[in-house]
Amino acid sequence: MNKKKSIFQLLTEKPWETDQIEADNDHQGRTVNITKQKLGLRTIMAASTVLFSLFIVAYSDRMLVNDWRNMPEPWLLWFNTGILVISSIVFHQATKYAEKEIFDKTKNCLFFIGFLAYSFLIGQLIVWYQLMGTGYYATSNVANAFFYLFTTIHGLHIIGGIYFWGKTTSKFIKRSLKKEDINNLIDICAVYWHFLLVVWLVLFGLMLSS
Amino acid sequence: MSDEQDHKLEAKSDYVADASSVSTPDIDSVPDAELPDQELYHSHSWWTTYVFSQDAKYIGIQYALTAIGTGLLGLVLSWLMRIQLAFPGLGWLEPSSYYQFVTMHGMIMVVYLLTALFLGGFGNLLIPLMCGARDMAFPYVNMLSYWAFVVAVLVLLASFFVPGGPTGAGWTLYPPQAITAGTPGYNGGIILMLISLILFVAGFTMGGLNYIITVLQLRARGMTLMRMPLTIWGIFTATVLAMFAFPALLVGCLMMTLDSLLGTSFFMPAMVSLGETLTHEGGSPILFQHLFWFFGHPEVYIVALPAFGIVSDLLSVHSRKTIFGYRMMVWAIVGIGALSFFVWAHHMYVSGMNPWFGFFFATTTLIIAVPTAIKVYNWILTLWRGNIQLSLPMLFSLGFIVTFLNGGLTGLFLGNVTVDVPLSDTYFVVAHFHMVMGIAPILVIFGAIYHWYPLITGRMMDETLGKIHFWITFLGSYAIYFPMHYQGFVGVPRRYFEIYDSPYIDTSTLLLNKFITIAVLIVGAAQLLFLYNLFASARLGKKSEKNPWKANSLEWQTPQMPPEHGNWGKELPKVYRWPYDFSVPGAKEDYIPQNQPPSEIIGAKVEKT
Amino acid sequence: MIVALSIFLITIGSIAFHFWSPWWWTEVASNWGNMDDTILLTFWITGAVFVAICFFVAYCVWKFSYKKERRAEYKPEDKKLESRLTWATAIGVAALLAPGLVVWNQYVTVPENAYKVEVFAYQWGWKYRLPGEDGKLGKTDIKYINDDNPFGLIIEDPNGKDDLLVDADELHVLKDRPVKFELRTIDVLHNFYVPQFRGKMDMVPGIITYYWLTPTRVGDFEVLCAEYCGTGHYAMRGRVIVDEEKDYKKWEAKQVTFEKMLAKSKENDNLQLVKKEK
Repeated sequence: MNKKKSIFQLLTEKPWETDQIEADNDHQGRTVNITKQKLGLRTIMAASTVLFSLFIVAYSDRMLVNDWRNMPEPWLLWFNTGILVISSIVFHQATKYAEKEIFDKTKNCLFFIGFLAYSFLIGQLIVWYQLMGTGYYATSNVANAFFYLFTTIHGLHIIGGIYFWGKTTSKFIKRSLKKEDINNLIDICAVYWHFLLVVWLVLFGLMLSS
Repeated sequence: MSDEQDHKLEAKSDYVADASSVSTPDIDSVPDAELPDQELYHSHSWWTTYVFSQDAKYIGIQYALTAIGTGLLGLVLSWLMRIQLAFPGLGWLEPSSYYQFVTMHGMIMVVYLLTALFLGGFGNLLIPLMCGARDMAFPYVNMLSYWAFVVAVLVLLASFFVPGGPTGAGWTLYPPQAITAGTPGYNGGIILMLISLILFVAGFTMGGLNYIITVLQLRARGMTLMRMPLTIWGIFTATVLAMFAFPALLVGCLMMTLDSLLGTSFFMPAMVSLGETLTHEGGSPILFQHLFWFFGHPEVYIVALPAFGIVSDLLSVHSRKTIFGYRMMVWAIVGIGALSFFVWAHHMYVSGMNPWFGFFFATTTLIIAVPTAIKVYNWILTLWRGNIQLSLPMLFSLGFIVTFLNGGLTGLFLGNVTVDVPLSDTYFVVAHFHMVMGIAPILVIFGAIYHWYPLITGRMMDETLGKIHFWITFLGSYAIYFPMHYQGFVGVPRRYFEIYDSPYIDTSTLLLNKFITIAVLIVGAAQLLFLYNLFASARLGKKSEKNPWKANSLEWQTPQMPPEHGNWGKELPKVYRWPYDFSVPGAKEDYIPQNQPPSEIIGAKVEKT
Repeated sequence: MIVALSIFLITIGSIAFHFWSPWWWTEVASNWGNMDDTILLTFWITGAVFVAICFFVAYCVWKFSYKKERRAEYKPEDKKLESRLTWATAIGVAALLAPGLVVWNQYVTVPENAYKVEVFAYQWGWKYRLPGEDGKLGKTDIKYINDDNPFGLIIEDPNGKDDLLVDADELHVLKDRPVKFELRTIDVLHNFYVPQFRGKMDMVPGIITYYWLTPTRVGDFEVLCAEYCGTGHYAMRGRVIVDEEKDYKKWEAKQVTFEKMLAKSKENDNLQLVKKEK
């Protein structure tokens, strides 16, 4: 790879000048030295961050109107948050094991993550069920509506994660890919898991603090 | 001209001199590829070849044809509206259908035609070819993107057939009227519209991911960022904008869907709708407007930036001249892209938002005029001392300059907060945005289609038909929209089904409406010529030679034309220069393709100045 | 040649159209003549740029049309020229912006002595409410709106008792007295627009928006809704009549206060009750 250049240096190159032509001819064609899957995930995370930020902006704006009634925070939400934290830690561990090529432990970690992810989703559904049981419908106050909306969108992100987790795990078990390729995939899933944890912590924190 | 200029020429000649005199192969040498070649998916059935294709070129054509088909519906809707405006006495449209047509026309043209055609169509076709890649980074996702778009279009069309018809809320879909009685399609059409938009955003995100990663990571060796054609810069930046702007539309759509279906109050305030008190409470309609325009303004540039990029390349190729100020052009594209996220509320000066925002947004809006003006200067300076071929793409590019200039300058009226007050919500606005983001980008699209048609089909489009098409479209649309500004000055409000004999409106203004409508019908009909040309030339057109326009960029340098699956045969191209080496002093030909090794440049004798 | 000529003719034609077409703004009837001035200023600056660039393009197309033996100039950039053009543009833009911001500041700063009038919009028509003798508009809430209280005034608010309710689409305003329109809607978005006044502001359910002006010319003007509000949008018209003092007083005297209206409707109710009992 070429030596690193700042974006400013990049954009001030004069591609028609002799020196620059010589330097450019050595260029390998890639802009950053990571796999396309990793860069793809970062792009998706960036777009996702914008999405959640806009939800948060809408939430903060709408909160100021005086018809706002806060929701109770069921203890189960704390439990679900705990599950998410643990799954993130386990995923981190999985990438370590995969790096060291400890097949069994990696496999166990991956299975455990799947179990945790499903438990989280079921946990969230139980929270919904409890809240609706006590009369906190989406229509009764906009704060409730935001809660259901946030958990749904976050849940959909988790479901997307589970899909890729499933693909990665099956590829891992079949050992159909080269070591770097499968580790790359596990890394990507792990990063996504951490991302969803952070998103949840921010959303949960926002709903707690208001 | 200046000394600096001579200096540049000298530098250039040196490089050419080296190339010819030291014709040893080592000047051609490029380090071996560090990365393995891309593995491609190969189709093995009729379905995977022609329907669920994963070849970006093919997906691009699918996108383009679907978008054009939807756009034709938008065109027909505009005819119906214009006939109503010119001949209100006919009484053949209900007000509700008029508003439904207005809404569908706007949404179709902006999102389903322009966005889909520029990014989905030209993006898919040109990004891998111009960057020297075999295909997009994730071909399967790319295919999903197209089919999500198809479903979005189908859902949109389905709204014509639900009870109550499609939504008539205006393309801005402002609540509360979008989902309350009193607006056509308030409980059926609007839901389908929102679902269709959500699908479109989902599909676009998958496509956009591909465009970004392909441009960043899959370029050919030697293709630095600053050697990319401006077309790619435009499409790339527009895609980045779209990835950040579409989430705002998604948020708005989701929350409005819930307001409508579940009865939540995100955007819906307490209100008495046609005598009935609704259960909503406390929601903020202006919040939706902020979300909508946070998407909506970048959306303007999502359409405009690819057009800017493409027209730069057309002008350069067809005037046989280096694009003037390439670096400035890149900076302007990136700068406009970044600034476009800070100007959205100029659509809302009289929306009832805090009036003090007006100062900020007027300032940012007028600042964005500076990079835009630079682009115009650089286009016309590209013509200066060029060798201008008046081919069809060039004609359309010239048409673009005139219409874009006109539409851009009227933007200075509307962006300047005070001037906007009397003009907002009048026909001045309608004329402005049609000129700047309707006609101008569409002229570029036509130019681009005439330009790249041989690349897709191996044949040229008919020149005579093309010229007739150009003159009617260009002069006709100018005749439509230029006078329309003056209706705005008179104060004719937009979105009026009928004006009646308002005391302040002279009858001659209504006469002008008739003139505009006749022009609309003629211009619209001329598009049939284009469609005929488009489809007939695929069989009857003159066979094109390879690289018919003698262009430098990579898409014309594939081993076969039209390029085959995988684009590049056995070996990926190597890039030795930027795409604007036209009329290089000393070289025999007036163009040097990007992948031509320096040792092969013919007849480069030094002509030191 | 034809191309160059047509670009030239389009430019000339546009200028001719601008100066000689009959379509121009209505005569201004408020203090916002300075908005017209900012428009004119914008016209001169942008018009000059339009003409210059179009002529330049036409000249280039005519002068540098394709000849096989000729070569285009090779010139990737010209920093000096580009920076000069950038600065010139920046100055031009600033010249447009500065006056715009000054006038906007006046537009959003309501004078203390402005007479407050509520413009009440609904699908699809206009009503108005004047502050009455105390000069104050009473508070309202949408939940109190019913047949007896069409404006939804809060009965407990003493300021509202003497408010004059104009249950018609015609409003009179006094010439040369600054007036602040307090804009209120009970359903969807609307926009109170009188072309001759130049001013405009959306009406948003849930909040009161406003703008102000001083009528400067006696006359009878049409009110239009300028924000799309549903099927009846185009038919949502009203009238504003600018009066001299004498005519204005005459009109004002005919309007009913909220208190009287309440009393009257009570009377009606009683009558009906009596009828029923009979």
